[in-house]
Amino acid sequence: MNGISARRIGALALRYLYLLRSSRIRVIELAYWPTVQMILWGFITRYLASHSDVLNRATGLLLSGVLLWDILFRSQLGLSVVFFEELHARNLAQLLISPLQPIELIIALMAISLVRTVLGVGIAVLLAIPFYGFNLFSLGLPLAGFFLNLLLMGWAIGLLVSALVLRYGMGAESIAWAAIFALAPLCGIYYPVATLPAWLHPLAWALPASHVFEGMRAVLLDHTFRLDYMLHALLLNVGYLGLGIGVFLATVQQARERGSLLQSGE
Amino acid sequence: MAEPAVIEVENLSKHYGPVRAVDGVSFTIVRGATCALLGGNGAGKTTTIAMLLGLLLPTGGQIRILGEDVPRHRQRVLPRMNFSSPYVDLPQRLTVAENLTVYARLYGVRRVRERLAALGRDLDIDVFFKRPYGSLSAGQKTRVALAKALLNEPEILLLDEPTASLDPDTADRMRRILTDYQRQSGATLVLASHNMSEVERLCDQVIMLRAGRIVATGAPRELIHRYGRKDMEEVFLDIARGIQSGEVVE
Repeated sequence: MNGISARRIGALALRYLYLLRSSRIRVIELAYWPTVQMILWGFITRYLASHSDVLNRATGLLLSGVLLWDILFRSQLGLSVVFFEELHARNLAQLLISPLQPIELIIALMAISLVRTVLGVGIAVLLAIPFYGFNLFSLGLPLAGFFLNLLLMGWAIGLLVSALVLRYGMGAESIAWAAIFALAPLCGIYYPVATLPAWLHPLAWALPASHVFEGMRAVLLDHTFRLDYMLHALLLNVGYLGLGIGVFLATVQQARERGSLLQSGE
Repeated sequence: MAEPAVIEVENLSKHYGPVRAVDGVSFTIVRGATCALLGGNGAGKTTTIAMLLGLLLPTGGQIRILGEDVPRHRQRVLPRMNFSSPYVDLPQRLTVAENLTVYARLYGVRRVRERLAALGRDLDIDVFFKRPYGSLSAGQKTRVALAKALLNEPEILLLDEPTASLDPDTADRMRRILTDYQRQSGATLVLASHNMSEVERLCDQVIMLRAGRIVATGAPRELIHRYGRKDMEEVFLDIARGIQSGEVVE
């Protein structure tokens, strides 16, 4: 395999930035849903805070949950939806006959996913300060670890979903939206994993996000940083991201064998 | 001294289950040649081109381009090749200049602005550099696609229906641009076309395919003479309909 080229990755990232720049509506849409979620859960928090001991102890619990969840959701969507753009535009074959390597395509997708996530969730995070007096950055340094782990998990799912769509066509596109919501109940975003039935615990602990949200609760409720949660999440992410990259690359190779790259599109 | 072979294809095949899209095809194209892959729909032209580009993996056989084994080392060859086809698109929402800038960078073009300006002039597309690619007419898109294919000044240029959807005047201009480019650069051109007068005018080598196999090869004049016809259009019809079989190349 030839070396990975930063120039080619930059070129493709530029293509995605051009795409983002081409529509203001798209930029607004990036921040729209995280902001709506933040506003909704902010009011719910205000209401429940007067009825709940837990929320009294840490009023930011639900808002932190919803904003961190959006990091996971946006990073997954930011990768897979941009990949779908290539299929819709019938541009994938053009890219793959250029010197661009599939691994460079993956890295460029990750880079644009990071930009889209920061743009989308960042605005909601900043708006939460004047709206509810809640600052997500009050989580301190652990926030960087939470962000990284959720980003990596989002990329892993995004790559698996993209591989599915490359294999089965645009009909499988709805999986991009549905996949992550199927995992949401297991992630313990708004409640501890212990709340789930015992038989679901192994599944929940197999998800990096569950460790992140438990870690978040430890910071907010117990004011302690649980390094064990962080490391577990990171270790799982290394495995899942490796799997995502491997499956995506194998699917591109399989598409080369099946001849579906020339026909990829609507 | 004879020009060296830049494309060497040996016993190439692509099977989809029982269907033999390409079946034991062998040919050689020398540097600076213009070669047409001809045949009816489903003859195996696009499949062959896709395998030359490494976009499709062969079931069997060998492809060497510029001395490199394509299925194994396509990354070494791709920067020196390019491809244009009306059936492969560019992003619709990006402007023409943005699209060309992205691909220029992907191909490692050094002076991107100067290269774009030169292509804009040559192909008469600079007037719509700022327009979204999706807003162009089919003919304008074909010219932009050709500009994209010439960005890296390729040593080997593969063209699928290079003048499809162009009016006669623009098509004639495109053919002149291609021949000028080839004369200046010494590039090798491989094209799939249904336009037989274009083939007669541009090509010095023709490979006729039928049902995934080569049924005739030679210069256009040779083929016309061999089949006893007045032009390539008639030769094409004969071969495509199997009315008169040509020589089977092993």
